[in-house]
Amino acid sequence: MTELGKYAGTVLAAYGASLVLLVGIVVQTVLANARARRELQEHERRG
Amino acid sequence: MKALLIRDLRLATRAGGGFGLALAFFLIVCTLVPFGVGPEGGQLSRIAPGILWVGALLSCLLSLDRIFALDFEDGSLDLLATAPLPLEGTVAIKAVAHWLVTGLPLALSAPVFGLLLHLPGPAYPWLVASLMLGTPALSMLGAFGAAVTVGLRRGGLLMSLLVLPLYVPTLIFGAEAVRRGAAGADPVTPLVFLAAITLATLALAPFAAAAALRVNLR
Amino acid sequence: MSIWEYANPVKFMRTSGAVLPWVVAAAAVCTVAGLVWGFLTPQDYKQGSTVKIIFLHVPAALMAINIWLMMLVTSLIWLVRRHHVSALAAKAAAPVGAVMTLIALITGAIWGQPMWGTWWEWDPRLTSFLILFLFYLGYMALWGAVENPDSAADLTGVLCLVGSVFALLSRYAVNFWNQGLHQGASLSMAPGERMSAVYRYPLYLTMAGFFLLFLALLLVRTRTEIRRRRLAALLARENRA
Repeated sequence: MTELGKYAGTVLAAYGASLVLLVGIVVQTVLANARARRELQEHERRG
Repeated sequence: MKALLIRDLRLATRAGGGFGLALAFFLIVCTLVPFGVGPEGGQLSRIAPGILWVGALLSCLLSLDRIFALDFEDGSLDLLATAPLPLEGTVAIKAVAHWLVTGLPLALSAPVFGLLLHLPGPAYPWLVASLMLGTPALSMLGAFGAAVTVGLRRGGLLMSLLVLPLYVPTLIFGAEAVRRGAAGADPVTPLVFLAAITLATLALAPFAAAAALRVNLR
Repeated sequence: MSIWEYANPVKFMRTSGAVLPWVVAAAAVCTVAGLVWGFLTPQDYKQGSTVKIIFLHVPAALMAINIWLMMLVTSLIWLVRRHHVSALAAKAAAPVGAVMTLIALITGAIWGQPMWGTWWEWDPRLTSFLILFLFYLGYMALWGAVENPDSAADLTGVLCLVGSVFALLSRYAVNFWNQGLHQGASLSMAPGERMSAVYRYPLYLTMAGFFLLFLALLLVRTRTEIRRRRLAALLARENRA
């Protein structure tokens, strides 16, 4: 592992926060899409 | 056009019309700030230009929904939209009326509030000048925000979220002009920018606001 | 074949569905590779290991601005040519742009902390991004507040236009506002300084990765919006029947 020196906390905090946000928006996007597809299919099946 | 102006002015100034509310709010803000930051004169005089400008800005914001809401609810806005006067003109007139009962009194009475906040002496004329130049933009941009959110439930809060970022340039240049005046430096540069923003806003915002109104009147 | 063909929702769904797996794969490869590579670069002699933050901060900041520009263009296309997919694409892009802006703000603040000693500084660039974040929030809030979808598209379109003008104006106003202070405190390297190749290539890779990530998210989110609209239209038709 590359040495982070005295700024280790800083760098890890930045990467951590960013990854949380990126993963968050990806997860929300995927879940919302799955839900929309599911609801549309259910409705088309019923109707 | 004049008839519309007089009508709106009369509506605003009769009992229950809300005239004076903006001034009262301005007073409250200028009273609250010293409670928040402490009464020490030196500190207050340094932040006075900003406080006065932010206070004026928030006071303008308060009365914005009145620009269109009442007429929207009772159907007069539909009539105005189909009247011979173009909707852009109607919007402009209403914004002018709003300024006359809100921005103008604020600008003229600001020196009194400056006293409360230990505004340095040389700043007073620049306080009035900057507010006179800047508040028309606040009314005009506010009219745009009101047009976008007219008829929405809880539209007031959303309108603030939409309008306040638009106020940032006016606020920056207005407060800077007062600050420079307070320091005895030349405030002409920010004043010129302030005037430019106001003029551009007065020219263009009526079109954006009218477009939004047409959408909401559909 | 004209790009306007994709304004047709059916065609858009078909094409985006075919393209999506490739975009997702490319995005994953570029982003992960770029970030890992960047993480492994040596320390900068001036800024220590904090320079590694650049691989997050710069791509996010670039995307934050470019996404708003994309929203501006698609809003104009909606306002002029009334292509629904365009309006929905703008709506879909906004949350991604807001997240990118937030990442730029957070990484910018964290990066600045060792240099400034505080967690936030009203540096012109950071402040401009804060204002941009507010514009994103307002845009998203307006979409949520208006019930009629076409009216919502129109109003948010106009807001995007007005917001773009004021975002630009604010940039200059904020520079003016902050000019007397902290001249040397901005985050990026001096303009004349060519970034060394050690940093440049991982940076290009992460920039590509973030762009592809946005593209993938945009396609999926637009598909979601189209599906939602279709469902709403079907329900409305049933209620009327």
